[in-house]
Amino acid sequence: MGATVVEKIFSSRCGRTVRAGEVVMAPVDGAMIHDITGPLAIRNFFQMGGTRVFDPRKVIMLFDHQVPADSITAAENQAFMRTFAGDQGIHNYDIREGICHQVVMEKGLAAPGEIIVGADSHTCMYGAAGAFATGIGSTDMGFVLKFGALYFRVPESIRAEVTGRFARRVGPKDLILSIAHDIGADGATYQAIEFVGETMEGMGMEGRMTCCNMAIEMGAKAGIVPPDRITYAYLEGRRAVRPVDLSPDPDARYADRRTYDVTDLGPRVAVPHNVDLAVPVEDVAGIRIDQVFIGSCTNGRFEDLAEAAEVLADNRFSDGVRVIIIPASRDEYLKALRSGLIERFVSAGALVEAPCCGPCMGGAFGLLGPGEVSLSTSNRNFRGRQGSTEAKVYLCSPATAAASAMYGEITDPREV
Amino acid sequence: MRVWKFSNNIDTDAIIPGRYLIHNDPCVLARHAFEGTRNEFAGQVREGDVIVAGRNFGCGSSREHAPLALTGAGIRIIIARSFARIFYRNAVNVGILPLVCEQADEIPDGSEITVDIEGSSVETGGKWYPVEPVPGFMQDIISAGGLVAYARDLEEIETCTGSQR
Ligand code: SF4
Repeated sequence: MGATVVEKIFSSRCGRTVRAGEVVMAPVDGAMIHDITGPLAIRNFFQMGGTRVFDPRKVIMLFDHQVPADSITAAENQAFMRTFAGDQGIHNYDIREGICHQVVMEKGLAAPGEIIVGADSHTCMYGAAGAFATGIGSTDMGFVLKFGALYFRVPESIRAEVTGRFARRVGPKDLILSIAHDIGADGATYQAIEFVGETMEGMGMEGRMTCCNMAIEMGAKAGIVPPDRITYAYLEGRRAVRPVDLSPDPDARYADRRTYDVTDLGPRVAVPHNVDLAVPVEDVAGIRIDQVFIGSCTNGRFEDLAEAAEVLADNRFSDGVRVIIIPASRDEYLKALRSGLIERFVSAGALVEAPCCGPCMGGAFGLLGPGEVSLSTSNRNFRGRQGSTEAKVYLCSPATAAASAMYGEITDPREV
Repeated sequence: MRVWKFSNNIDTDAIIPGRYLIHNDPCVLARHAFEGTRNEFAGQVREGDVIVAGRNFGCGSSREHAPLALTGAGIRIIIARSFARIFYRNAVNVGILPLVCEQADEIPDGSEITVDIEGSSVETGGKWYPVEPVPGFMQDIISAGGLVAYARDLEEIETCTGSQR
């Protein structure tokens, strides 16, 4: 019987054939902690009797959720982590680089065939690099920091085969919102989602990241795209890796097989308060919005900003909307800066912030008051996620966000 | 033990809002548990009360602050039709027993409940409901009193590629 991508990764890391359903204690190739989950993980590490981390080169540390520190407690948390990094010889990216997941990808810290854990649920994004990557809690992370390994139940996979070409101003975010709608908020719990098919093969890394990032919104343990030419081209210059063949076998066993054709797919918007409540943009067009956020690890890359700028063209954002744009990392910020996008956004009336999670995390800034409505390119619209529990958050693509920001109401980007 | 009943897809932002994640103390977190979602919870919950929920309890963020806030509030057992993966594991790690019960929806809010862990069942209003036992490797962690206690006694572990310090 053949193997899925995830079974191949676990088999290769364990040196024997490993099947879905087995529980293995597997070594990890990378462990990521940030300013929110890091302090607890480090405390747990010490409480477990840890003295030296398993391998300081494999621990990835950075601050992105509340940066620059927005409270004294946040500052204390960050200082605590800085000290730990210094004592342990861990490289700390601190507040310089941007959102954890984007930074892991662009520094080449996730590569095909690796097992990576992060103390953050969207760690599943590194599946775009062909790694098995999953989010864990702080106690599990304490264990990883001590031993460099963790218990995993090797997940079954759902095979999501995507075909067809995207129509104008429709893209990966619309696809993943429609897949989430199809699979449901808990439809992939304990499973991995394997994204395959001609559309995925032709998709750039940024789109693959958007898709894998949101695997968790279906409860999945991981999302993964079999590594190919595009994956290795992305890694070139970031990290030297030897190509491995992880293509799923034709006779691999799947928990489910689903097919999606994007040819007739239109823009999708997830309505409050669940990610799987995606509807066609036409159904919600005209709803007044108070704030638009373009950014996050889901859609804060240069390509996302360029997509928004293409829709914006030479127009201005509506004065009735607060437009907050945050590039996902310093690299993405610089690309946007050099190509003139930042100036365009600022002239159009947007507030462009330095790379960080921003309103997505609902704790730092850009919070919503009761009754307010926000449209966001991030990944979660849970009640209270971006501030008041009486606010509403809609999720969409950068193109839909830009079009809506121009008119002050949810707008179909194809009509701009 | 009083039942605090919740619906489907209760996410970790609802359990503990993002703005409180700078705190790591379970008792401090407990003061804000379900803030904005169920405001009376923090003030009225008692040691040993039980949360009963529908499907996908604890979905969303990996924040361990969510189960920690609940331990701070005195919750030791959560019964749900299903749990989100990371939450389930975090709950076990911090010493909460997550029990899967197919008929959780039938258990009313505010009712008195008795949990028979050995017998894998719960009783309320004279009716018994079966719950699924916790998987083997998680039971070791629970009986050790959580992952911290479990790991403290370990010098090295056996991984699938050999032993690691
Ligand atoms: S941008 Fe949002 S989803 Fe991504 S890591 Fe930050 S808070 Fe989490």
